[in-house]
Amino acid sequence: MTPLLEAARITKRFPGTVALDDVQFELRRGEIHALMGENGAGKSTLMKILSGVYTADSGEVRFEGRPVAAGNPHQALQLGIAIVHQELSVVRPLTVAENIFPGRLPTNRWGMVNYNKLFNDAGRVLEQLQVRIDPRQTMDRLSIATQQLVEIAKALSLNCKVLILDEPTSALTEREAEILLDLLRRLAANGTGIVYISHKLDEVFKLADRVTVLRDGHYIGTKVIAETTPDEVIRMMVGRELSDLYPARSAGQGKPLLEVRNLRLPGQAVGNSFQLYAGEVLGIAGLIGSGRTELARAIFGADPIEAGEILMEGQPVRITSPSQAIKLGLGYLPEDRKAAGLFLDMAVKLNIEAANLPEVTQGGFISSRREKSLAEHYVRQLNISTPGIEQEVRRLSGGNQQKTLVAKWLSIQPRILIVDEPTRGIDVGAKREIHYLLRSLAQNNVGVIMISSELPEILGMSDRILVMHAGQIVAELDGGTATEEQIMTYASGQPVQDR
Amino acid sequence: MQATSSGEIRVPAEARTFQSVLLRLLRFREFALIFLIILIGLVLQAATGRFLTTANLNAIMLGFATSAIIVVGMTAALVSGGFDLSVGSVFALGGVTAAIALRANIPIGLSILIGVGVGMLAGFITGTMITRAGINPFISTLGMMSIARGAGYAITEGSPLANLPKEFFVFGQGQMLGIPNLVVIALVIVFVGDILMRRSALFRQIYYVGGNEDAARLSGINVNRVKLGVYTLSGLLAALAGVLSVSRFTVADPGAGTGEELRIIAACIIGGCSLQGGKGTVFGGLLGLIFVGFINNGMVLLRVPVYWQTLAMGVILLLAVGFDTLSQRLQARARRAKT
Repeated sequence: MTPLLEAARITKRFPGTVALDDVQFELRRGEIHALMGENGAGKSTLMKILSGVYTADSGEVRFEGRPVAAGNPHQALQLGIAIVHQELSVVRPLTVAENIFPGRLPTNRWGMVNYNKLFNDAGRVLEQLQVRIDPRQTMDRLSIATQQLVEIAKALSLNCKVLILDEPTSALTEREAEILLDLLRRLAANGTGIVYISHKLDEVFKLADRVTVLRDGHYIGTKVIAETTPDEVIRMMVGRELSDLYPARSAGQGKPLLEVRNLRLPGQAVGNSFQLYAGEVLGIAGLIGSGRTELARAIFGADPIEAGEILMEGQPVRITSPSQAIKLGLGYLPEDRKAAGLFLDMAVKLNIEAANLPEVTQGGFISSRREKSLAEHYVRQLNISTPGIEQEVRRLSGGNQQKTLVAKWLSIQPRILIVDEPTRGIDVGAKREIHYLLRSLAQNNVGVIMISSELPEILGMSDRILVMHAGQIVAELDGGTATEEQIMTYASGQPVQDR
Repeated sequence: MQATSSGEIRVPAEARTFQSVLLRLLRFREFALIFLIILIGLVLQAATGRFLTTANLNAIMLGFATSAIIVVGMTAALVSGGFDLSVGSVFALGGVTAAIALRANIPIGLSILIGVGVGMLAGFITGTMITRAGINPFISTLGMMSIARGAGYAITEGSPLANLPKEFFVFGQGQMLGIPNLVVIALVIVFVGDILMRRSALFRQIYYVGGNEDAARLSGINVNRVKLGVYTLSGLLAALAGVLSVSRFTVADPGAGTGEELRIIAACIIGGCSLQGGKGTVFGGLLGLIFVGFINNGMVLLRVPVYWQTLAMGVILLLAVGFDTLSQRLQARARRAKT
C-alpha cells in the first residue's frame, strides 16, 4: 500500500547550518507516528517542509503517491495536511468560532457572516473534541490549554487526512493531555495519519505506533513502538556521551549570593523562597507556564512584585527596574531571543554593548575605539561566527545570535546571571559551547540560574534543581542524583492542583 | 557574484564582499540623495539658468531653515519607533506665545524662552500620554496637534499678531558674512543634532528603544524616560522653529505650519528613517528635505502650477519608499539564492 505521506532524501540548509541532511520519513493511513529528537535535531524543519511552509533544497515529498509542490502551504492544506504549531496562532479578540474558521466564514446571500451557522459548525467541531468550550466566547478569556484545543479544532475542521502536531501537550495539564490523546487515537482509528512531535517519552510510548528519530539533522531510524524500548529511543536521540555536551560540575558551592524570601507576584497567594550560592548552576525546571520566567523577570525588576524580600550577599536590595538590577551585577537572558533579547536589525557590536553603554562611553560620547575593542573581545572569546562586528544580528545563525546575546550579559561582568532557555533552537555545537561557558562562569564564582524545559539539559548542567508548578517552587533536588521521572512528577504537580 | 564560484577562497571573499555591501548599504540612501540633489541642481541650472544664483540658493536655504530644525526632533521621534504629528501646530503656538510675550514688553530673550518653553511643555504632555497612559503616538500627537492649533487660535482670536519689536527680527532677517542668520542657526542645530544622534550615549538609547523596545528595557534602558525626552525635544525644536519663523516674517500667524508635520515626516522617510523605528539619521532627514525642496523650487522656476507640486511630493515619497522596499527585497532574495 502506498504510504499516505512520504518524504525522501530531504536536505535543507540555512545560513551557517544544515538543518536536515538526507532525511526520510513515512506516514501510513491511520498511523500515529512520533517524531523525536533533541531541540535542534530538525523536527520542526521537517514538519515545515511536509506542510509546505519551507522548500527543501533537495528531496521529494509525496502525498498518496503524488509529488507535492514544494513551498506551498496553501496546496498542502487543500490536500489535507494540517499543522498545529507549538506557538499558538490565535486571534485573541475574536470568538472561538471565528478562530476555527478563519477565511472560511459561512456567509448569507448578502455576503454577511451567517453567525448562526458559524456557531453551530464550530459547536459540532468542538463536540468531536469532547470539550466544553462555548464557540461564542472570545479567545482572550480562555486558558492557553483551551486555546490549544481550539487550534486543534481548527485543523480538524479542515477534514485533514494528515494532522501534524508540534508538542501539543507542553502547555496542557495531565487531564487535558489525556483528552487530547484520546481524541488522536479516535482520529487515527478513522484513518487520519498523525505526526506527533514530542519530547515526552512516556506519552509517545502510550500513544504512537511507530517512532522516527532525528539527530543533528540526520535520520537515525524508525522503530515500531511495540518492538523498542524507551532506553533505545533515548540512545538514538542522544547518540553521544552526555559528558561531551555537558561540562563537569564545579567542586562545591560558595557563599550565598542571592536570597529570595517569600517573593510574591501580583495575583499569587503564596510566595517563593530560594537561595543561590556563588559558583553554582541552579536549574529551574517546570512545564511551560509554570511561572519560571515570571519569577526570573520579577527578580530582575522587569515585572512588579507584590511582596517579598531579595537579599544579595546578605544585604536587602530593592530592584524595581532592570537598570537597577544591572547596576547590582544581575543579568537576565530572556527566553525569546528575537522578541525580547536582540536588536535584530542592529550591528553585532551594538547588541553586545547594549546593556553596557557606560563601558564604551567617554565624556558622554560613544568611543569607536572602545566599541570595537569590547565587541571584538567577546566575538573572539565566544567564538561568534560573523563577518565582522558591523554585521546585522539578523543575518547570523541562531547559535551565533544566542552567543551575541550571551556576550551582552558577559560584558557587564555579572555576579548573578539568570539564563532563560539559553540553548533553545540552536545547534548542538553552539549548545555545548554555551554550556561550557555557563560552567566556567560558575567556576569564577558567578551564581548562574538556568531555566530550561529540556530535562537532559537541566540534569546535565545543574548543581541543584528547583522544580516549579503553577507558580510555586514545589521541590528542590540534587543535580547529581535527580532523574527525569522525579522532575516530571513534581513538575506535573501531583496531586493535581488546578488553577 | 563571481566569488561564489571560486571554491577555496570563497569564505574570506564572501565575508569581504558581504561587509562592503553592508557598508555601501548603510550609506546608500545618503549617497543616492546627494547624487540626486546635485543632479537636480545641474538640470535646473541648465534648464532655467537661474537656479545656481546666490539669491535663489539663499531663498531656498531660508525656506529650509525652520523645517530643518524640526527635522532633528522628528528624526529622534521616528528612530524611537513613533512620530510627532503635532509639530506644525506647536510651531505656530510657539511663535504666537513668543509674540504675545514680546507685545507685553517682556525682554526678547525671555520671550523666546517662553515660546520655546510652551513647545517643550506640549511635547512633555504628549510624551507623558504615550509613556504613562499608554496612548499610541498616532493618537497622542494627533490630539496634541489639535490642542496646540486650537490654543494658538484661541489666544489670538484667530488673527495674526504684528507690531513686534524690530530688534527681534535680527534672528530671521540678519546676515553674517552674506549668510542669513537663520540658516546659520539651523545648520548649527542640525549639525549638533546629527552628532548627538550618531555618537552620544544618551541619544544612542533612542536607537535601542526603536530597535526593540522589550530588549531595550531588559538591557536596563529606561524606555519611558527616553520616549518622554524624545517628544519633549521634538516640541521644543518645533516651537523654536516657530519663534524663528516669526522673527523672519515679522508676523505671528496662528495658522502657520499647517501640514508641516507630513512634509517633515516625508522628508525624514525619504532620508532613510523607518516608521518601524531603530534607523535613520538627522543628516539623512536634512538631505530628504533639500531633495524635496529642490524639486519644489525647480517646479516654481519651471512655472509648474502649484497644485502639481503637492501631487509631485506624494509621488516622490512613494517612489523613494517603494524603491527602498524593493531593493531590500531583492537583496534578501539574492542572499537566499547564495546560501
